[in-house]
Amino acid sequence: MNVHDTLFWFFSLAMLLCGVLVISSRNPVTSAMFLVALFVFMAGLFVLLEAFFLAAIQVLVYAGAVMVLFLFVIMMLNIKEAERRHFRLLGVVGGVAVAGTLAWELAIILRRPVESLNPGKAEFGGGLEAVVKPLFVNYMLPFEVTALLLLVAMIGVVLLSKKDLK
Amino acid sequence: MTSALTLNHYLWISGLLFALGIAGVVVRRNLLVMFMALEINLNAANLALVAFSKFNKLVDGQVLVFFIIAIAAAEVAVGLAIIVALYRRKQTVSVDELNSMRL
Repeated sequence: MNVHDTLFWFFSLAMLLCGVLVISSRNPVTSAMFLVALFVFMAGLFVLLEAFFLAAIQVLVYAGAVMVLFLFVIMMLNIKEAERRHFRLLGVVGGVAVAGTLAWELAIILRRPVESLNPGKAEFGGGLEAVVKPLFVNYMLPFEVTALLLLVAMIGVVLLSKKDLK
Repeated sequence: MTSALTLNHYLWISGLLFALGIAGVVVRRNLLVMFMALEINLNAANLALVAFSKFNKLVDGQVLVFFIIAIAAAEVAVGLAIIVALYRRKQTVSVDELNSMRL
């Protein structure tokens, strides 16, 4: 087992462990911290997949901006520390059933290896230029629409945060 | 250095992470933690897309992930603003007590 594979298993198992801890820890701040760790491990997997630009974006946007937003809201709302751990029976049974069914379906599908659709060119990179160039050539319209969406989201947040929400 | 990893390994991790996120949304009662579990779901989808991109040697999957990250950031901002507005009105973020729309 070489370094690449060892890193893959380390990142994957650590990521799944962080996921379990996010949904099982009692304090929302603890959940948020484990979610940050999950995002960082995901960035590690992106690096293993040669998506270097996306790994950087993952750390900057998710682990940085999004989680800061989460932590701000958690601190601001002053949620009661010891949330009573009353998992409702129906919720737990339903959640485990849904997740188990999904994993079972996955096991059926992934029993055979998934073939690559397009072996393609041997040269392939996930650096900044390789990812960003299609953005301004093939995906110009979606790029502009995303910019518009961010503007709309910003206006929406400002409206939602007004003191007297009518 | 040849790696023994196949596309299936990555799809497995992605699928398990997605199942974990779904379980989190259904099991937890705290609105903020449910929202975090939704973020886990988005990340699982991102992992699958990047893995497909690598093994098909097409960069388009990574461009799609770029868009997903941008939209997830907007979604988080709007969702948290809604949660804050809700908290201001109801003084709670537990979905057990936010039942005014229940039949």
